[in-house]
Amino acid sequence: MRVGLFIPCYIDQFYPQVAIATLQLLEKLGCDVSFPLQQTCCGQPMANSGFAGLSKGCDKNFVENFSGFDYIVAPSGSCVLHIKEHLEDQGHPKESERIRNNVYELTEFLTDILKVQHINASFPHSVGFHNSCHGQRGLHLSSMTETMLPAFSKPEQLLNMVKGIQLSNPERRDECCGFGGTFCVFEEAVSVKMGKDRVKEHEVNAVEYITGGDVSCLMHLEGILKRQGSSVKTIHIAEILNSEL
Amino acid sequence: MAKHAALSEKFIADEPRTDWHDETLWFVRQKRDKAAHGLPGWEQLRELASQIKNHTLSNLEKYLRQFEQQAKANGITVHWAADGDEHNKIIHDIIRKHNIEKIVKSKSMLTEECHLNEYLLRQGIEVVDTDLGERIVQFRKEPPSHIVLPAIHLKKQDVSETFHKHLQTEKGNNDPQYLTEAARQHLRDKFIQSELAITGVNFAVAETGGFVVCTNEGNADMGAHTAAVHIACMGFEKIIPKAEHLAVFLRLLARSATGQAITTYSSHFLKARPGQEMHIVIVDNGRSKQLGRKDFRNSLKCIRCAACFNTCPVYRRSGGHSYHTAVAGPLGSIINPNMDMKANADLPFASTLCGSCSNVCPVKIDIHEQLWKWRQVIVAEGYVDTGKKTGMRGMAYILAKPGMYRFVGKMGRWVMRVFPFMINNKLNAWYKQREMPEAPKQSFRDWYQKNRGK
Amino acid sequence: MNAREKILNAIAANQPEAVPLPVIDKDTVISYNDVGMQFNTILESIGGKAVYIQDLQVLKESMNADKETGKFIVNTIKALGEVDEYVSSLSAAQLEKLEKAYIKGTVGVAENGAVWIYESQMLNRLVPFICQHLVLVIDKKDIVPTMHHAYEKIDTAQEGFGVFIAGPSKTADIEQSLVIGAHGARSATVYIIE
Repeated sequence: MRVGLFIPCYIDQFYPQVAIATLQLLEKLGCDVSFPLQQTCCGQPMANSGFAGLSKGCDKNFVENFSGFDYIVAPSGSCVLHIKEHLEDQGHPKESERIRNNVYELTEFLTDILKVQHINASFPHSVGFHNSCHGQRGLHLSSMTETMLPAFSKPEQLLNMVKGIQLSNPERRDECCGFGGTFCVFEEAVSVKMGKDRVKEHEVNAVEYITGGDVSCLMHLEGILKRQGSSVKTIHIAEILNSEL
Repeated sequence: MAKHAALSEKFIADEPRTDWHDETLWFVRQKRDKAAHGLPGWEQLRELASQIKNHTLSNLEKYLRQFEQQAKANGITVHWAADGDEHNKIIHDIIRKHNIEKIVKSKSMLTEECHLNEYLLRQGIEVVDTDLGERIVQFRKEPPSHIVLPAIHLKKQDVSETFHKHLQTEKGNNDPQYLTEAARQHLRDKFIQSELAITGVNFAVAETGGFVVCTNEGNADMGAHTAAVHIACMGFEKIIPKAEHLAVFLRLLARSATGQAITTYSSHFLKARPGQEMHIVIVDNGRSKQLGRKDFRNSLKCIRCAACFNTCPVYRRSGGHSYHTAVAGPLGSIINPNMDMKANADLPFASTLCGSCSNVCPVKIDIHEQLWKWRQVIVAEGYVDTGKKTGMRGMAYILAKPGMYRFVGKMGRWVMRVFPFMINNKLNAWYKQREMPEAPKQSFRDWYQKNRGK
Repeated sequence: MNAREKILNAIAANQPEAVPLPVIDKDTVISYNDVGMQFNTILESIGGKAVYIQDLQVLKESMNADKETGKFIVNTIKALGEVDEYVSSLSAAQLEKLEKAYIKGTVGVAENGAVWIYESQMLNRLVPFICQHLVLVIDKKDIVPTMHHAYEKIDTAQEGFGVFIAGPSKTADIEQSLVIGAHGARSATVYIIE
């Protein structure tokens, strides 16, 4: 089972520790993982801003890098959703389709493909869980408060396997953090207000960390926490699952 | 800055008030959740409603002809208006013909869309809005900020001041019961004297030619059963095939809108009462154009419940007036660009695409997907500012070239570490209220090459 | 080309490929163990009142007592006593002082506490809305579980007007504070004949 590691551009540049944790975790779970060296970005920032036509270069590069893997795994719900819904390299339609059908976000890869039942990790801290929207509503990583369907959560299922963790949820279980891609700067006031409100709900639970599956959300919340001088830290779910016993 | 962004910034500047607005509307969303939870088969009901609407849209011409034929056979005069202006003229003509002076109107977002009140005012004709929320904003000369809860942006103190000014209620008496009673007495008088009642239409039934008007207050009926003339205004998408389908939509409407199992009154009009004249005005105003847009036609399934407004974290924190149109919220963002793309180019971007709206929509409109698609159309049509376009082109260029991406990434991180003031300043919108992420010396790729030696 | 033709032509040209109408499967619709109990519970939760009676005697006495007070009372129910037929020709101004109306309903809906009333049962369309207090009477056997069942029992094309009324009139337009008695009735009591 050859796994291609897809690391979103902003993780590669600003949060390499998340990528390292993802790689180590997958290797611990017995995967043969490769990181294609020429990967750049999935193209979502342009596409979500209305410039889907400008992502062709990214699409082409993505297909070149990720052909020939059984699975492509990324520690990011939104990037994976974008690839699933929009990857199209006109020069390689079949390979594009194959990739779209075999790209996974990290937690769903662990629960659905590797069918992980135990994780040897320890993280004795109080952690607030943030449901990142694209992973939740787009990839169905967990049930949603709006719909009257049975409750489940792939990321929380995995987190609950970690020794010592005290997991909590904010009162508004799946309200958006306000990052929203370029929204975070073009509608700055609303974006920050949404983030501040999220942070407040976690602080009520006296958490030491806020975690989730998308670094974009965490980066935005972290920016607010730091500006507030808060001691609450953000951490990606891969880092918790990869923490040592 | 885009219109919505600038208006929201002003709204949010009063943070306690924003919190209050957000919590009030979140409370309405919670009431909706409770009602939905209490109805086993909720998701199947949504699917049913969605399919009925899909079928209806695909047979719209047939159903409209059937509706018209039936309504006419019941003695109703049916008018057609291509746009808001024609709609307003039709109503004005009826008013003139009968020398009408006293007019009451119950809630109709369509008449808001057509700017009926303003048009009639210019002709020297006053219309009294009788929905309590609408009357409040009418006194204040403001548009409604929500299609179901028109005065949701106002606190009771605001209403008290307005009623003190216009109805001479006690200054400083903010009791909702007291204020509502004052409105009851004031409007009762208007009802009794009304010569023309204008109502909206919640559902128009093709099979029978009848239509249904839903209210909690009873104001539509107080006017319609008093006035000598009743005009019901509808967008043509309000059609449903049969009376039995009303069960599906009435079960979903109030639960989605306010969490009630049904509105107090669901009035089924078929014929005028003896001696009364009844008219229906069927309006297009851009709807047939929307019908032709494959990606956006599903927005015509809407039953105007506003569940999408209540769940939208952006709407709750920016208020309806930030959307600068008759219909705000996520719904407005997918219907307004069709009517005037230039004026409403900002609306589809007033969203993080979180997807909550699509989940609460009782007729399963793919709202958040349409928002994404509208962005593509707006950019393709050129309604995007040059700075953004240039920035995007630059980004696309860099990200398509692995070597350049790595170089720019490395440089950016270096600048952030060595010359932080170049990034951490007023020109950086991110930096206004957030710290920048730390800039590591190594990218993940650097680490990978060192540690996995590949 | 007039507006009507313009619009219908545009719609015909733009509407999507036909898709079928779904069938409503009555078996997937909820039912209640005790429709009467459900109706009561919901009606009370929306500010209405439900009263069970064995026969109309109690109501007759209550109505006569009301009439003795000299207030403007209207009865539209034959079984309750003299029917106030004259009401059908009254104007709004004449009905303005209507204190209480007694009306027979056709069907009660358990899921939402609503009662369907035909125009012929109210005699004048304005009566159930303009009265200060509304009294409705239905037979217990006419309480159905859901709106789907209700629409099977009524025919909305039978008369010029009909309405589902669920409880007293209300509004929450002032800061989401619920106020009972907006423009319609301030109270609604449903008498259910067992």
